[in-house]
Amino acid sequence: MATVGPLARIARLGSSICRNHRLSFNRSTQRRGIASCVDPSHGLTDEQKEFQKMAFDFATNEMAPHMSEWDQKEIFPVETMRKAAQLGFGGIYVQPEVGGSGLSRLDTSIIFEALSTGCVSTTAYISIHNMCAWMIDTFGNNEQRERFCPDLCLMDKFASYCLTEPGSGSDAASLLTTAQLKGDHYIVNGSKAFISGGGDTDVYIVMCRTGGKGPKGISCLVVEKGTPGLSFGKKEKKVGWNSQPTRAVIFEDCAVPVINRLGEEGQGFNMAMRGLNGGRINIASCSLGAAHASVQLARDHLLYLQFKLAEMATKLVASRLMVREAATALQENRSDAVSLCSMAKLFATDECFNICNDALQMHGGYGYLKDYAVQQFVRDIRVHQILEGTNEVMRMIISRNLLTES
Amino acid sequence: MSGRVLVGVKRVIDYAVKIRVKPDNSCVVTDGVKHSMNPFCEIAVEEAVKMKEKKLIKEVVVVSCGPQQAMETIRTALAMGADRGIHVEVTGKDYENLGPLQVSKIMAALAKKEDALLVILGKQAIDDDCNQTGQMTAALLDWPQGTFASELSMEGDKIKVVREIDGGLETIKINTPAVITADLRLNTPRYATLPNIMKAKKKKIANMKPADLGVDITSRLEVLRVDEPAQREAGVKVETVDDLIARLKEAGRI
Repeated sequence: MATVGPLARIARLGSSICRNHRLSFNRSTQRRGIASCVDPSHGLTDEQKEFQKMAFDFATNEMAPHMSEWDQKEIFPVETMRKAAQLGFGGIYVQPEVGGSGLSRLDTSIIFEALSTGCVSTTAYISIHNMCAWMIDTFGNNEQRERFCPDLCLMDKFASYCLTEPGSGSDAASLLTTAQLKGDHYIVNGSKAFISGGGDTDVYIVMCRTGGKGPKGISCLVVEKGTPGLSFGKKEKKVGWNSQPTRAVIFEDCAVPVINRLGEEGQGFNMAMRGLNGGRINIASCSLGAAHASVQLARDHLLYLQFKLAEMATKLVASRLMVREAATALQENRSDAVSLCSMAKLFATDECFNICNDALQMHGGYGYLKDYAVQQFVRDIRVHQILEGTNEVMRMIISRNLLTES
Repeated sequence: MSGRVLVGVKRVIDYAVKIRVKPDNSCVVTDGVKHSMNPFCEIAVEEAVKMKEKKLIKEVVVVSCGPQQAMETIRTALAMGADRGIHVEVTGKDYENLGPLQVSKIMAALAKKEDALLVILGKQAIDDDCNQTGQMTAALLDWPQGTFASELSMEGDKIKVVREIDGGLETIKINTPAVITADLRLNTPRYATLPNIMKAKKKKIANMKPADLGVDITSRLEVLRVDEPAQREAGVKVETVDDLIARLKEAGRI
């Protein structure tokens, strides 16, 4: 394991420096310790506990040992993700008749939280892939569902979600990529920025303008890799999320068949936002996993940092409760679902980042070394406060709900 | 022969947990501690499921003895592919005193009741490290035993077992019905898949008590005291080799 070599070297340097060396062993044996207030299985059904246990085992055995290497070498772990897909993680909330696992949003949150303890970046990509598969499953017609979903659920094909553009991030409805109808094809022109998986994935869910200005002019097209006119920018160098490539996706007179349009023209923005509601719960769940792993890593510094640790544990559990409540609300289609998803995303991503950051601080100098996992958790989840709707946009959504009298 | 395999699974404290002894030295702390299926039992379940997939046997029945929580362990086995479960309910003091002799009596009774072709157990449990249940079960049934199995193959109505022994590997061929205990290298247990976890919910788990099988689970053993291993003491530095020899002689080491 990456952490053992360097720490043997450090251990020999003298007893004064040895104080922290137990940490890596903790990480490498994934100490589950005596069950405590932060045990994520509290309140779950027996079946959910089984999913969770299985996801934790997969994270511990198949992901955690490679998390550092995937980050440092920027490897997109296709084989590991395919193994995950064979266990049902490729389309967790997609209908079983097209190859999905048919589970609830809460089940999904629990699974991503557990997988994230093994590698946040990879789990976050798996969640994006799931979001795309769900969009086709939910908004596509039967022909589209049967054409795309089985391959996506098995991860024989990978998916990317394309909404953001160089000129429109938070103001997503102002997107400029156009799709002009010509016979039985749309001719797509424009570019998308910061696309997770871009260039390495096979199926692109693209929000583009088929009509007039604003959200009502936006439609959703499924564009397949290899379509002439589809190209990609350079791979971005990022602080974290390094196990998934991020590239611009460029459309130059790219002809996409009309049969690849999900739903009707003008419904694309709505679909995009509905996809993001779930996506936000998923990203927040990934933050929970990182914070949980970081709290475990920091636990052995109990000495004078007990109170700090208690605060971290409290915020972790508070975040988890928000995310799970939002998942339940979304599953049940409650009227407060959208606001709850935004609140959960805002709260959990902010708090969990602070938890991971505090955990890094508690490691002292060692926390800054790439030999230790805690810095990767910090780097990987920093972006969760930015994407799938910045936390500022989350505040906008919440305040709009508060200030609108019903 | 029924083509039925009985697999025993035990719920133990998870291997990654740091064990603590109760302050009164009566036993190890188990309340609120993470438990999971004994790793050797997982290997036993995996082997049975693989045999069913190869159509060498027809049904995998998984058994666990213990309180209500033992059902979790049975469900995990069902999610791995076992067909049905039997929960033998043992609670409280009886459960604290439950050891290999009683469990082997229960397994033997069930093996006869279910007309089992094979009984597959883990070679030992990681909490008590007894390594006795398989052997005792075979003795009670007067069946052959293939213990520490690292490889199994059915050959007609016999079974070839490659056993891991101190000197290396020993290959034996035994008649069925037989008892097998699984060693580490027999296989790598599969992850349950999400669909299988959901299917497991519908599989049946029968409930019974040891008395229903005519088994007396009174223990002949009494645990007097449980202690942690002695703390490692600091070493002593000596100046010369003569000193070293003198000290070693003093300590009775040479």
